[in-house]
Amino acid sequence: MKKPVIEFVNFTFKYRTQVEPTLYDIDLKIYEGEKILIIGPSGSGKSTLSNCINGLIPHIYTGEMQGDVYICGKKLSETSLFDISCMVGTVLQDTDGQFIGLTVAEDIAFALENDCVPQKEMFARVDEVAATVEVKDLLESHPGELSGGQKQRVSMAGVMVRDVDILLFDEPLANLDPATGKRAVALIDEIQKNTGKTVVIIEHRLEDALFCDADRIIMVEEGRITADMTPDELMSTDILIRAGVREPLYVTALKSAGVSLKPEDEAGQISTLHVEPYAETVRTWYHKQPEHQKDTPGDEVLSVRDLSFSYDGNKKVLEDVSFTIHKGEMVAIVGKNGAGKSTLSNLICGFIAPDRGEIRLNGEDISPLSVKERGERIGLVMQNPNQMISKSMIYEEVALGLQVRGVPEEEIKERVNSVLKICGLYPYRNWPISALSFGQKKRVTIAAILILEPDIMILDEPTAGQDYRHYTEIMEFVKEINEKSDTTLIMITHDMHLMLEYTDRAVVIADGHLLADSTPAAILTNDAITDKAYLKRTSLYDLSKACGIDDADGFTEAFIRYERAHREEG
Amino acid sequence: MKNKFTIQQVVAAGIGTALFVVLTETQIPVVIVPNTALQVRAALLAFIAAVYGPVVGGIVGLLGHALGDAFFYGSVWWSWVIPDAVFGVIVGLFSKKFLIREGGFGGKQIALFNIIQVVANAIAWILCAPILDILIYAEPANKVFGQGAVAFICNAIIIAVLGTLLCFAYSKISTKSSSLQKED
Amino acid sequence: MGRKLLSYEQKDTWIDRLCGVTKLIFFLCWSITSMMTYDTRVLIIMLVISIILFKISKTQWSQVGSVFKFILFFLCINIIAIYLFSPAEGVKIYGTETILLGSGRYALRAEQLFYEFNIILKYFTVVPSIFIFIVTTNPSEFAASMNRVGIGYNAGYAVAIALRYIPDIQGDFRKIRNAQMARGIEMSKKGKLTDRIKSTTAIIFPLVFSSMGRIDTISTAMELRSFGRHKKRTWYMARPLKRNDYITIAVSVLFMIIALVITYADGSRFYNPFI
Repeated sequence: MKKPVIEFVNFTFKYRTQVEPTLYDIDLKIYEGEKILIIGPSGSGKSTLSNCINGLIPHIYTGEMQGDVYICGKKLSETSLFDISCMVGTVLQDTDGQFIGLTVAEDIAFALENDCVPQKEMFARVDEVAATVEVKDLLESHPGELSGGQKQRVSMAGVMVRDVDILLFDEPLANLDPATGKRAVALIDEIQKNTGKTVVIIEHRLEDALFCDADRIIMVEEGRITADMTPDELMSTDILIRAGVREPLYVTALKSAGVSLKPEDEAGQISTLHVEPYAETVRTWYHKQPEHQKDTPGDEVLSVRDLSFSYDGNKKVLEDVSFTIHKGEMVAIVGKNGAGKSTLSNLICGFIAPDRGEIRLNGEDISPLSVKERGERIGLVMQNPNQMISKSMIYEEVALGLQVRGVPEEEIKERVNSVLKICGLYPYRNWPISALSFGQKKRVTIAAILILEPDIMILDEPTAGQDYRHYTEIMEFVKEINEKSDTTLIMITHDMHLMLEYTDRAVVIADGHLLADSTPAAILTNDAITDKAYLKRTSLYDLSKACGIDDADGFTEAFIRYERAHREEG
Repeated sequence: MKNKFTIQQVVAAGIGTALFVVLTETQIPVVIVPNTALQVRAALLAFIAAVYGPVVGGIVGLLGHALGDAFFYGSVWWSWVIPDAVFGVIVGLFSKKFLIREGGFGGKQIALFNIIQVVANAIAWILCAPILDILIYAEPANKVFGQGAVAFICNAIIIAVLGTLLCFAYSKISTKSSSLQKED
Repeated sequence: MGRKLLSYEQKDTWIDRLCGVTKLIFFLCWSITSMMTYDTRVLIIMLVISIILFKISKTQWSQVGSVFKFILFFLCINIIAIYLFSPAEGVKIYGTETILLGSGRYALRAEQLFYEFNIILKYFTVVPSIFIFIVTTNPSEFAASMNRVGIGYNAGYAVAIALRYIPDIQGDFRKIRNAQMARGIEMSKKGKLTDRIKSTTAIIFPLVFSSMGRIDTISTAMELRSFGRHKKRTWYMARPLKRNDYITIAVSVLFMIIALVITYADGSRFYNPFI
């Protein structure tokens, strides 16, 4: 018989600073060697649950507890954090925050150093773990030289070096590009299979996480566990939609076509799904979808010609990149981390000057314009709103760009109020920014740029780290801005859903070159492109092939249009 | 310094030092007096010390100044490093009174913070720095006291403005107000 | 922020191979000696040794050139300032007065020239040692070795964290400054002082507050990996002291003692050629 390694018995927890409990009556058993996926919207209590597993609760975050938690048979409240951390290894979402060492080797050895392990033994153990997570060639590298995926593997090594029984991952996919995310999940799966450790993954990017072949999925909603079942069972319910967690795309597509999935269809992963009984239904649905009329593109707004750039004069970060963006478009710039996406936006904004090539805005060469002058026509919204906001009140923050330009106070007031109305922030205009949620802060930063009435707005990873509900909220808002104010939008992203659902076109950059410039559906169904750009082929491709539809691009396109129409209705 | 040093303090000392170093070259030039500038990092030091106390304040002053000067200017003037450490310790000694993380940095605390920072600045720049300059470098007394006085005035000004603002804003974001209502 | 910071670059010289702690002790002895002494003979010997060490360390001019120019500039200002404030300081120190040129307060005196020459020497004895120290010391190994000279590991780790996060915070700083510049907020040298302070806050606030958020994340990560569990800890990058280390430490300490004995032999820290 398998023994439980994590056991919650009738457990309720309330943070010291809060009025209501965050977790209610949790009863949960996780057995040795299981692979568990914990999902749920932001604020549902899933992070609190994970903090109970690694002992941060009650040892760092204090509060009131009822019931018990046992980790490897030891009572949580009576076990020290040191002892718990020898049993549970936690890989945090923020890989930069977790990477403490000056080099990879030191970071992996960190826990051993604290345990006073002799140096000789440390060398051996670090080497061994580094080999397991495939970072052995990087032992002397500094964190600045590593990609997000590599840093995450170092973090994994850093907790595995202690030979823990349980590996706990807090949103491991949040900061990774799709292909790297897939590799990370595959590695977790492999480690689990080889070592038999218990793995708990907290994640809201369900489709990508499911690739790890989870045994069970646990859904947390409003502090309670509302589902505890296998992925196959879960796909045959509407629990996901109800809870506001995104279903895998192929599941949504099947359901849209009128299919009701059953547990024995094994829909937990696209590779196991038995699609044959439904192929006919899907085909019929596809042929019923209306033909799409291509919109005629508007005037050229931004045109980039033969742009090249290098930091040191040798290694080209960008080489001969050309593309055009038309008025009113929503375009994605995609590619793996370090492919040159940020360099491109830095060039467009004028923070750095190109070695060669030109950038034209409305037909005019903008190279003579200063950063400030460009800023009035090309707005940049940073990924992290906390890095943009410098005022404590919403009104002041939004007004700042006009104030420094010496616009009269009367006019500022009028324009701020009208922008706040567009952005749905008017009711909060006198609130301190600290009282806002992440999504609302994002709106403030967008409003602060929108007030300058730019022709183009560049959004850097607008939805990174957001759950489905907040993602939809932010992106619907962005779309509204695009429609209402006729602002052209460029989004730098590696979120494939965002690309598919909200952009008309994607410009793909790989290794400094322009790899593709086409519709998102065409790009995400093309293996040659997705492989090179570290994207992941959409599961809709596999679904359409399995259903005998050759035009996967057309199928994807049809489904996305159906979805958009659906969203606009409801 | 052994067991009372919490992990938070170790990290705060490290990150504070890193910020101090990065801000080494961020200066606001004063037009009236040539070749003097308001040091933004002085305000940062006052803020970190006021939030995290004397140990962190002292370390950030000492390490931040030494590393910053070494990395940017290739030289370490101990006679100017030590006063920054002294300043950090003095301001830090009163950190509990400022109530910054408790969200209570209001009128009374602002007054106290500024009195203490002016006194600490005076001790650091009008007393410590010139004396060390004379002892170590045998520089002329009138020159080093003149220099010290300029540094004192500049630091007192930037901390009074930027330091107070930092403490005030951080105090505000550390606590959430609950009595907010939407307006039409 | 355009200038390049001094940073470690791996080279295979015997100076490079010394332990961080050895170099720290050398550096401290050297600094103390150069701070205490005003003996021209000692300073000249130190300058010669500095230059030789600088050569041996294979430090390249490109690594330190821009910083060196900055120091020269600073030095000039200081030398001039001293002359303006106290043109007869040398007379006070050496007790004689030899006017070479002019008359009155700002007359050019041999003693003053010699005194300021000593100041220049003092600068140049220390600067190469700092260059060598930074350019040849692996920061990781340095953090590990601080423990050896009696600095608690908590303080040592604060240094390690500072060194680890300086590049990250510098990157954030650049990103934030760019984005605010595009919004029209510049840290220019023009405009009223209050305006300049205001625009500085627009860059400093987001930088400082987002870094404060980092403190919590990093503390948690360290907590979960048992930092501070024991009174001691071991270091992955620690290096045992070898023969060369002991020799260097011994020579450094010995040099300091001899230099100070020579300096103070006549009861004054100044070498006086005027009597």
